[in-house]
Amino acid sequence: MSKPFAITLNIGSSLANHTGSWRSERPVYVNRMPPCNNACPAGEDVQGWLYEGESGNYEQAWRNLVRDNPFPAIMGRICYHPCQTACNRADVDEAVGINSVERFLGDQAIDKGWQFTAPTTKSGRRILIVGSGPSGLSAAYHLAMKGHEVVIRESAAEPGGMMRYGIPAYRLPREVLDAEISRLVNIGVRIECNTKVENPESAIKDGFDAVFLAIGAHLGKRAYIPAGDTVRILDAVSVLHMTADGEPPLLGRSVVVYGGGNTALDAARTAKRLGAYEAIVVYRRTQEKMPAHASELKEALEEGIVMRWLSTIAWVNSGAVTIERMELDSAGMPQPTGEFESLQADSVILALGQEVDLSIVEGIQGITIDDGVIEVNEFLMTGRDGIFAGGDAVPGERTATNAIGHGKHAARAINSWLEGQTFVHAPRPELASFDRLNTWYYSDAPKKVRPKLDAARRAESFAEVVQGLDEATALFEARRCLSCGNCFGCDNCFGVCPDNAVIKLADGKYEINLDYCKGCGICANECPCGAIDMVPERS
Amino acid sequence: MSTPLKFYQVGSFAVGNRLLGDEQLSVQSRSDRTNSLTSGHRACQGCGEALGARYVMDAAMAATDGKVIAVNATGCLEVFSTPYPETSWRLPWMHSLFGNAAPVATGVAFALKAQGRSDIRVVAQGGDGGTVDIGFGPLSGMFERNDDVLYVCYDNEAYMNTGVQRSGATPPAARTNTTHAVGENPGASFTQGKNLPKIAMAHGIPYVATASVSDLHDLEEKVTKAMSMHGARYLHVLVPCPLGWGTRSEETIKLARLATESGLFPVYEAEDGVVTATKKIRKQVPVDEYLQIQKRFSHLFGPKGNPELVKAIQEIANRNIAEFDLLGEAQ
Ligand SMILES: Cc1cc2nc3c(=O)[nH]c(=O)nc-3n(C[C@H](O)[C@H](O)[C@H](O)COP(=O)(O)OP(=O)(O)OC[C@H]3O[C@@H](n4cnc5c(N)ncnc54)[C@H](O)[C@@H]3O)c2cc1C
Ligand SMILES: Cc1ncc(C[n+]2csc(CCOP(=O)(O)OP(=O)(O)O)c2C)c(N)n1
Ligand code: SF4
Ligand code: SF4
Ligand code: SF4
Ligand code: SF4
Ligand SMILES: [Mg+2]
Repeated sequence: MSKPFAITLNIGSSLANHTGSWRSERPVYVNRMPPCNNACPAGEDVQGWLYEGESGNYEQAWRNLVRDNPFPAIMGRICYHPCQTACNRADVDEAVGINSVERFLGDQAIDKGWQFTAPTTKSGRRILIVGSGPSGLSAAYHLAMKGHEVVIRESAAEPGGMMRYGIPAYRLPREVLDAEISRLVNIGVRIECNTKVENPESAIKDGFDAVFLAIGAHLGKRAYIPAGDTVRILDAVSVLHMTADGEPPLLGRSVVVYGGGNTALDAARTAKRLGAYEAIVVYRRTQEKMPAHASELKEALEEGIVMRWLSTIAWVNSGAVTIERMELDSAGMPQPTGEFESLQADSVILALGQEVDLSIVEGIQGITIDDGVIEVNEFLMTGRDGIFAGGDAVPGERTATNAIGHGKHAARAINSWLEGQTFVHAPRPELASFDRLNTWYYSDAPKKVRPKLDAARRAESFAEVVQGLDEATALFEARRCLSCGNCFGCDNCFGVCPDNAVIKLADGKYEINLDYCKGCGICANECPCGAIDMVPERS
Repeated sequence: MSTPLKFYQVGSFAVGNRLLGDEQLSVQSRSDRTNSLTSGHRACQGCGEALGARYVMDAAMAATDGKVIAVNATGCLEVFSTPYPETSWRLPWMHSLFGNAAPVATGVAFALKAQGRSDIRVVAQGGDGGTVDIGFGPLSGMFERNDDVLYVCYDNEAYMNTGVQRSGATPPAARTNTTHAVGENPGASFTQGKNLPKIAMAHGIPYVATASVSDLHDLEEKVTKAMSMHGARYLHVLVPCPLGWGTRSEETIKLARLATESGLFPVYEAEDGVVTATKKIRKQVPVDEYLQIQKRFSHLFGPKGNPELVKAIQEIANRNIAEFDLLGEAQ
């Protein structure tokens, strides 16, 4: 070929020059553990289902969510959302309203009638679950989805455990509870109510391959209070249970509740709703020490509940309660002061915590009790082979969400145990901590949408009063998620590489072209969510 | 000035978003972008100039249906992209001399006009040395004649290709190989330098704009707008240089961002000599944050540092902020 003047070589593309050889570090796409997922006691893939929700594919989002937790509509109302407490967005402006989006998805599913699909091949194994609270129901769901035959026996008239007989209906409407439980029945879970299990061991003899004890903690703790007989003393769990049964106790005009947990507040709020003119909560420590959730206290105060901090009940007589003022000592412990005050009271409700009715495990070889709860190993198995336990009846935090997590965990452990194997957790990826984010890329919500946002975050605490999120707000809230530690397809890495060394694949994923990547690290630095690591090349 | 759609997750700031429709995508987020400056070039790791040039040229190509001829001054961009016989350019590209990109581009534009090819557009590009120093006179002529060329200056604030010598665009106090960090006034002299965007504005040409590699959407919009206009247009793009600035290769975009967020590099556009829009600072930072991570300013910090000079640099930023209302409400 004849060439122009002074040209001796054919012109070629620089693609022949593989600059990848300059590299001492290479970018690697990673998936990190988002703080929300990490904090969820039910092990939800929060970031994952928000990601689906962001595109408006709510059914996919719901299906992703219920892989771990079959009760989003319930959770969206009663979960104390530790996910939001952990959310990285809190350090940018405010945490993502995860819980209200969860409720939105749960309500959508009920509206649209989305159902679970159980596997068609059955394992032939039968599992008995004692108790239909959140831990029992969750275990039932996960076991049924594995193809096992599941029978729940429940001593109460209706399923749900504390979700029905403890948590008042104004926080968790019964239609919601019924709708989410009925989905389990639809995949073949049998729930036998009014059936108390006395001896789980005999169930094994009767042909069950394993038993899961999900019996909760239903015995109200008593305290000795000198009392005459003109004042009724009841325990909170019974008051709530009777109210849920439609046969509320007569409490009178003035009600004093003794205790500082959520149960105390629920009892006081219930008393108000039952017609009490005055509901006073007497608690021996300070507000800061109160175990009840702050949002519940706020609601209770808004409803006119009166709090008496640093007070104990000394005695009860002739329509009155005498309380003694306490003082914190240097160690922060309440100490009596000898100052007394009298409060009018027609009834006193004790909300001093609940204990497990352990009679069911009495006499079973191998099962041990510690501090009033059933001892279990890391697989939630008791000392008796084949008998597992979870929820409020075992050590751990007593919340519905934690119970649901126990149910899932127990189901996996039982499944492995039935196959003669030990359950192994998938390795947990490293945490997607805030310092790995490049928050520059996340824009702030403009002022004009703020009120809506506030409503989004208020919704969960006013479930019975305020409606759930509308679609636009839920979508907006989902899109506030920073997608911590997991690529969300922002194209930054693809755009910012000075060497064109990032390939955008058809499926929305990305790949590094190592022929040209010089390892500058810009892609990793500019990834908003920290989904790229720079890893040293082996020399 | 940015895409109307926001996610409050990644708003208009990231390159793209999987949820955006095709028509809303930035040029750089499209898999079918031209890659006008393709892989295999020999720019340093993390070179801001290589990135800026691809951003600009891809946007120009997208705006003209791929009908662009580029004319390049000597400098890193030319040297790292075209070591004979290889080229990284995927568009018609021409190089002549260090100082004459503007007049060569004028010639190309007139030749096209003579051929009746009004559809083909001309973009000249060069470094800050080629633009504010050696090519300054010819560029001024191109402006004054209002020739139909978009001239793009990739400002890395020194003569990088020949080993980091000071240019008329080197910032005060910066250490280069010709402005050592010694004596009473270490680094480049504390003068006003040559502010080429303003000088270009003084020519009253149809369009002048500044941009940086840290704000892709803004940059693409400016290129697109410039390509829709005729006559002499000037775009001044800040492109951090890891080698010359003594910075970490992964911080190139971050540096550009800090330069604009501190107010040291005001981002604005002007039509017919009048400023029409400025990009507001989102999260103001003190100049220290920008200076401290650059070795060329290391003599200003530490026990033997020079807080007075840092203060003086902060004052430059303050003046920019006041002049361009950089902290005002976004338009
Ligand atoms: C008033 C109140 C409010 C609460 N509010 C919240 C809240 O807002 N959010 C939150 O996350 N948590 C809340 N909790 C805690 C939460 O309800 C419990 O942690 C959770 O329900 C425990 O689940 P579980 O499955 O272990 O037991 P439970 O829900 O107590 O269920 C146990 C079930 O087992 C049945 N059972 C027991 N023994 C037998 C037997 N021998 N045979 C057959 N059936 C048996 C019981 O009848 C019961 O239905 C609240 C608790 C109370 C008391
Ligand atoms: C007339 C002439 N003088 C000097 C040179 C040597 N030279 C080549 S590139 C360069 C500096 C370029 O600096 P700048 O324009 O800022 O571009 P950068 O390399 O920084 O991108 C010099 C001095 C030359 N090529 N021609
Ligand atoms: S921003 Fe999203 S991914 Fe990150 S912690 Fe919050 S909800 Fe989870
Ligand atoms: S930006 Fe490009 S060259 Fe730099 S590390 Fe990432 S892929 Fe490699
Ligand atoms: S920069 Fe964007 S596209 Fe690239 S990995 Fe990170 S999130 Fe995904
Ligand atoms: S010296 Fe600077 S401008 Fe030149 S190739 Fe290297 S990083 Fe780019
Ligand atoms: Mg230069």
